[in-house]
Amino acid sequence: MATYAEPTGGNTAIGVKPRRAPWLKRIAWRVLAAIFVLWAAATFVFFVQQLLPGNQATLILNQQTGNQQTYTPQQLAPTEAKYGLDQPVMTQYWDYIKGLAHGDLGTSYTQYKPVTTIIGEQVGPTLVLTITALALAWIIALATIIFTSRRRKVVSGLGSGWEIFSAGLPYYWLGVILLVVFSIELKIFPVQGGTSIEGLVLPALTLAIPLGGFIGQVTRDEFEKVLDQPFVTSARARGMGDLAVRFKHVLRHSVLPAITLSGWALGALISGAVIVETVFARPGIGQMIVGAAEHRDVPLVSGVVMLVAFIYVISNILVDIAYAIVDPRLRG
Amino acid sequence: MSATPHTAGAPGGAPAPASARQRLAIPEWVRGIRPGVALAGLVVAFFVVAMIVPSLLTGHDPYAVNLEETLQSPSWAHIMGTDQSGRDLYARIVYGARESLLIGLGATALGMGLAIVFGTLAGLGNKWVDGAINRGVEVMFAFPILLLALLFVAVFGPSVTTEIVAVGLGTAPGYARMVRGQVLSVRDSGYVEAARALGHPYGSIVRRHIFPNAMRPLVVVMTLGVGQSIVWASGIAFLGLGVPPPSPEWGALLNAGRNYITQAWWLEVMPGVAIVLFSLSLTTLGRHLQQRLEGGVRR
Repeated sequence: MATYAEPTGGNTAIGVKPRRAPWLKRIAWRVLAAIFVLWAAATFVFFVQQLLPGNQATLILNQQTGNQQTYTPQQLAPTEAKYGLDQPVMTQYWDYIKGLAHGDLGTSYTQYKPVTTIIGEQVGPTLVLTITALALAWIIALATIIFTSRRRKVVSGLGSGWEIFSAGLPYYWLGVILLVVFSIELKIFPVQGGTSIEGLVLPALTLAIPLGGFIGQVTRDEFEKVLDQPFVTSARARGMGDLAVRFKHVLRHSVLPAITLSGWALGALISGAVIVETVFARPGIGQMIVGAAEHRDVPLVSGVVMLVAFIYVISNILVDIAYAIVDPRLRG
Repeated sequence: MSATPHTAGAPGGAPAPASARQRLAIPEWVRGIRPGVALAGLVVAFFVVAMIVPSLLTGHDPYAVNLEETLQSPSWAHIMGTDQSGRDLYARIVYGARESLLIGLGATALGMGLAIVFGTLAGLGNKWVDGAINRGVEVMFAFPILLLALLFVAVFGPSVTTEIVAVGLGTAPGYARMVRGQVLSVRDSGYVEAARALGHPYGSIVRRHIFPNAMRPLVVVMTLGVGQSIVWASGIAFLGLGVPPPSPEWGALLNAGRNYITQAWWLEVMPGVAIVLFSLSLTTLGRHLQQRLEGGVRR
């Protein structure tokens, strides 16, 4: 099992190495470690916010009024009181952590609404986009592998070449190319699709192609290793067809490394969504957070960042469980 | 080369042309280079020249506004077309190489620097130091690079420094994990054990054996990393949160071209070609180096 002990991206030693400890105890440890990671992430985000140059209340007032001016302490006082800026840093920190524990991500400087409300309004289209893209990415990756790995030299070379090439494609450029070719020149898809079904195709493909290349790269090595295993030979000896062997036996054994990277893939998808939503002018969290960063709406940006960290941590726990389901040897 | 009956009869006749060919032939390390790698080398060399002396590669002025030639599609006069102010896009990409490459190098250097410090400490430290650094790395992994960059932009405002710091910090945890692994494997290797058995002081073992040997493979990682950093940094600039407009930095070009996408596709496609070509070439070179180094170890 040495192959699985050190995944390149996902999580570290805890939980990945096969252990003798009972299943429940392991989950409990994972949850504790996850809470620690979230707390540390929140602390990091809080202190980055504290590094804000200049006076925070001045910045907020200038954002809200659109001016660039200085204020007297009397003018600043109500804003400072409203956002708790008049409190000592450690009190603010404690309030921030307490808020997070209750699911409160703070209040937006520019939209005067709780960050969670704003995210709730925007999250739908982004979820649709990322889930579609993830499914497409797996389809692309698995199709490439099943049909090209260990085939004639030209075919497998093309397959792995495509994976390396596509995994390196930046989202913004791929999106632009698809947009120019299919929307502007061929006029198959709308230039600004909004949230319609036709409008989903190009953004989802833009996200899926590089991710599919990456998943493919990771899975291909493992797939070829498994193809040499004795049980594959024995399945073939029983008269099973090549495609059936690949689908039923080899695939199941070779998706583990890619599953480990799901947490990473999630980050890639969300980063990608930020760019793709901007390229295709598609509403969602991505566009919203770019606007928030531009207007220096710190609570809104850090709220989304914390939410993503939270999803990352959760998905890593789920990956651990998925691991045990796919590979019973790891159940411990 | 098949031997003809004439030369086959003469003893020593056949080896003579072979040795002559060997003298003329290119050295073996050059012959081992595949055409793809050679092409990648040329692309990287082109952009390095563009970074140092851009005027060698183009006669156009990247800032010269010419309102009679706005938004021209690629032609012989302007091989990559012109932008909304009539500036030659090819010249802008060539001149933008400096800023783009420097941002990529800066971010990689920052990420790698942090990674070397923390990775080495984790690899050599006791289990508490190692554990603390590992947890820290795990925490940083929870932030996707682009979101970290957006947070930094929100707090510090958009600038080149913000861009470099964000990309550097974002890539550091991955490198740190790699450095730690390297240090660990070197620390447990036979020659370090031998040096210890010979009674060399710990400090000198670290300085003379562990550190240099653990760092060598990182050269390759850095080659790959610069390409990746440029891709990330131009992504930030593409969103309009990096280098401000008049600059021909590649991401800034992409951002500037966004408004003209329905009229002038080349403004978006060409800077992207530069970014993709450059990072793909660096990846190809990096992989080639990696194979070389690993092959060397095996031999």
